[in-house]
Amino acid sequence: MSVPERKNLARRGGGGRAVHDVGGLDLGSIDRSEHDLALWEKRTDAMLVLLRDNKRRVLSVDAHRRMIESYGEQEYDRITYYEKWIRAIRNLLVEQEVVRREEIEARVAEVRAKHEKAGRKAAKETVPW
Amino acid sequence: MHDADHPDHHHDEQGAPHGAGHGHLHGPFQKDHDTAPAGAYEMLEEAIRSLLIEKGVLTAQEIAAQVDLMDSRSPALGAKVVARAWVDPAFKRRLLKDTRAALAELGIDIGTLAEFRTVENTPKLHNVIVCTLCSCYPKMLLGVPPAWYKSLAYRSRTVVDPRGVLAEFGVELAKDVEVRVHDSTADLRYIVLPMRPKGTRGWTEADLASLVTRDSMVGTAVVAPPVTPAASRRRKAG
Amino acid sequence: MVRRRAPAAKPATDARFAPGERVRVAARPVLGHCRTPWYLKGKTGVVAAIHGRFRNPELLAYHKPGLPARVLYKVRFKQSDLWGRYHGPAGDHLEADIYEHWLEPPN
Repeated sequence: MSVPERKNLARRGGGGRAVHDVGGLDLGSIDRSEHDLALWEKRTDAMLVLLRDNKRRVLSVDAHRRMIESYGEQEYDRITYYEKWIRAIRNLLVEQEVVRREEIEARVAEVRAKHEKAGRKAAKETVPW
Repeated sequence: MHDADHPDHHHDEQGAPHGAGHGHLHGPFQKDHDTAPAGAYEMLEEAIRSLLIEKGVLTAQEIAAQVDLMDSRSPALGAKVVARAWVDPAFKRRLLKDTRAALAELGIDIGTLAEFRTVENTPKLHNVIVCTLCSCYPKMLLGVPPAWYKSLAYRSRTVVDPRGVLAEFGVELAKDVEVRVHDSTADLRYIVLPMRPKGTRGWTEADLASLVTRDSMVGTAVVAPPVTPAASRRRKAG
Repeated sequence: MVRRRAPAAKPATDARFAPGERVRVAARPVLGHCRTPWYLKGKTGVVAAIHGRFRNPELLAYHKPGLPARVLYKVRFKQSDLWGRYHGPAGDHLEADIYEHWLEPPN
């Protein structure tokens, strides 16, 4: 396996700047295009709000950020905003023992099978843990 | 398997809206559900949602209601606050001193998760807001943040080159105007009170609010004067 | 279960630093979740405001109560002090919200 390309030495190993801590770097020109969120993204946002509310208190926004900050640089840069969110929610639910890893893996497989049966293509890859 | 999409009133798997009076508009680029492949993250969301509903942690109705709440928020609320501050100097002072209390006067409850602060633009000071560490944003007043606000490019460059970033947004400021960047590193959310443009004397609050853009409350725009003097006179006339 | 988060701000009597006072951001390594950005480490600024006491996010991130609540400051920096290559005027500033345990007296 080749060593992942480090786009910017300042971000990792060069003294401890964490992957999300990007203030002062030059990470490109700003794309100002706007588009609506997909429904699954809105639901991801909704689930985070509900999971951290006083009724449930399963997780906090701080724990959610901490989980996102634990991704490697390649992942952090490559995956989209709500992709980061849903992966972190999943990991926190397992950490807090609300669901088990096997339950999630089994349910994802069922969801994929359901889509394929309905004639909709479904990604073969799964979200990395 | 329990179908977590019912009785959720949003789109079913074929993309067709349920129910009468379903007023949701989709942006031009929202994926077409029945032809785009289901991605790994989208399927993960569905799996998690169905498990949490099954386990009684959440209900489909709660999720749908929260999505609706999110959809209902827009910069209009922030614009209303700005317009009120423009016409009422005493309210403006209270807004700058204690934003939570001033918003409560207008019936806006910002809840317990964060505090809000208002920073005022003046002829000598231009404020711009960023969250370098994630994407903290005053959603209750401005709605969902635009993708650019959450982007690595904006988060990384605004603190070190704010004038360059502002120039990309079409905002040029004289050297004797201070550019002040606010990095929202903690539980405070910032909103910029932009300057009231010329040519709006005597305008109603509602008309003033209609001039206030989301970007002007983030600091990546200023509020432009009304297009023509004739338009301004027409508005004044009512 | 995650501890209940009380309303965010509590008044900060016994704050270590006062508005107008110069402060330096500690240059310690980070362990775990931290809300002090890399680019401010070791930099000196001025306390612009005291926000009050807040539960410590570094602990909340690990499902702990985050107590004792820490004083949170708004600290103002000259951009020319932060960046060797800052291209703007000397009057430009940056402000960030920094927790008391990340601040120390300058030198």
